[in-house]
Amino acid sequence: MILTLGHFLTLGAILFALSVVGIFLNRRNLIVLLMAIELMLLAVNMNFVAFSHYLGDMHGQVFVFFILTVAAAESAIGLAILVLLFRNKESINVEELNALKG
Amino acid sequence: MDVRTALFYLFSAVLLFAAFRVITARNPVYAALFLVLTFFQAAGVWMLLRAEFLAITLVLVYVGAVMVLFLFVVMMLDIDVSHLRAGFWKHFPLAATIGALIALEMAAVLMGGFRPTEEPRVMPAAAAAAQAGVQFSNTKELGRLLYSEYIYPLQVAAVILVVAIVAAIALTLRHRKDTKAIDPALAVRVKARDRLQIVKLPPVRPAQPEAAPSAAVETKA
Repeated sequence: MILTLGHFLTLGAILFALSVVGIFLNRRNLIVLLMAIELMLLAVNMNFVAFSHYLGDMHGQVFVFFILTVAAAESAIGLAILVLLFRNKESINVEELNALKG
Repeated sequence: MDVRTALFYLFSAVLLFAAFRVITARNPVYAALFLVLTFFQAAGVWMLLRAEFLAITLVLVYVGAVMVLFLFVVMMLDIDVSHLRAGFWKHFPLAATIGALIALEMAAVLMGGFRPTEEPRVMPAAAAAAQAGVQFSNTKELGRLLYSEYIYPLQVAAVILVVAIVAAIALTLRHRKDTKAIDPALAVRVKARDRLQIVKLPPVRPAQPEAAPSAAVETKA
């Protein structure tokens, strides 16, 4: 039994499906929603690295690098918004976010 | 089954278990810690794929910086979990069905489509290195690509990071009104006359006027 590209891609697919389930389940808890998004990005990165290895092309790994950069920026801003939200609303329940005015 | 395959299955099993715990953990702190475990396992899988630099970066950047940020925020906020988890399992059947559907469909397509590419193709740079008799360095090759072909995207990525820092600080910055802290510059510059006020008082008290109640009693009588 030898490892093929399909194995790694399937691992990424299962990880992606798990994070979709996570978004369904934690639809009220904003912080776990952010974590589920991180998991999704990890699944995407897994695919990039697997393709890069099996197709012998370095450019896939460069893209993972950029995805990591953007994901770090996204989570920093997301958490800042979360802190601001908690300060104003005393809650991180997504269902209470129904007003544009702060 | 060789060592590489066994390691792959070990890392994958722990990774998927940790990911499942991330989305179902009751306490967000546990969820964050399981996310750390997930990233460690993913770094292991990337090591198997010979992406050493990215594996180290994942541990350093994600576990070291982003997850610590997550943990800070989770611990700083006073989250009422029971309210957030009301009806948590209500949508589980639907979610599990959709998740299993996605996973099975993708697995069917991917295992069918990519099984033939068994042997990883050798990178041109690695082949050249082997021919020249030097060891192929993943980090060196990645750095060469980043700083030659991808130099403009790299600069854009740097700008994105700076914008993210500025935005995150600007969003959470607040000037509190109820604090008693004073400006250090003001405290240094203060003069004696700002603190101490000398008032001239007469040495004797002026005579008090006659008390009113006695006059009221007189008129009554």
